[in-house]
Amino acid sequence: MKSFSSSSRTLRKLPRENAFYFFTSIGNYTGVSSASLKEFIEKIKEVNIKSLEFHLYRGDFQKWADETLEDLELAEKIKSLQTLKPVGNTLRDQLYFIASKRFEELERQTL
Amino acid sequence: MKMKNRGNVLDDLDWRILQVLQENAKQTYMETGHHLQVAHSTVHDRIKKMEEQGIIKKYTAIVNLERAGAKYITAIMTVFTDPKESGNVAERLSRYEAVLEVFTSLSEELLIIAKVIAEDQEKLHSFIAHSVAPLPGVLRIRTSIVTKKYKDEMFFIKGGHNPDESP
Repeated sequence: MKSFSSSSRTLRKLPRENAFYFFTSIGNYTGVSSASLKEFIEKIKEVNIKSLEFHLYRGDFQKWADETLEDLELAEKIKSLQTLKPVGNTLRDQLYFIASKRFEELERQTL
Repeated sequence: MKMKNRGNVLDDLDWRILQVLQENAKQTYMETGHHLQVAHSTVHDRIKKMEEQGIIKKYTAIVNLERAGAKYITAIMTVFTDPKESGNVAERLSRYEAVLEVFTSLSEELLIIAKVIAEDQEKLHSFIAHSVAPLPGVLRIRTSIVTKKYKDEMFFIKGGHNPDESP
């Protein structure tokens, strides 16, 4: 379990250079970005599914969760999802589930 | 197409000197003067004046990177921007070493077109994701990786100072 301060750290608003930028392929940016875990969850629902597939299999979500949000637990859950090789809306739903569950857990820890 | 001269009046000799320099900038004033049948001191004076006026920007070597064995990829990046921020985005892009050329274009949407080089696709993507996408005013980006280059020349001044459009 994370401490109050580390939970707050994961939930913080990030500067724009540390935001997650959604691409559909090498160099093709969709215009959708998220500067917090909360925004990330919202954007999972609306971004082009090709973008979710592109980033999941490159390990970009896992890396962002670990290195930028500093949440190893979320990173591990995303890594586990990658091994299941979901595609399309199954991927969207499962990623949304993992990220939103983790968000709720972290929010509870900050109360 | 006519070449307009903005501010600095060049005469026919200036244009001919520029033409000679573009063909071979390593020529001496003497050789250039001999080629154009004018005194080398005249060539020297004209060149100095055009350097001071910024007409001659610099002397450089055109390196064939492929033959030199350099491993790199070239990409053409189209950046869609908020019209209010396009100038700032173009200027910021111009500061990066990986960005070789930057243009703005008037089409249905305001675009910035840039030529970018990188060691490989991963480094190209990393550059765009971490250095271009976060710039304020960037709305989205489309990137095409060049697979084969058929022509890569700079504009050379011809006798009439106009580009020759004939094949």
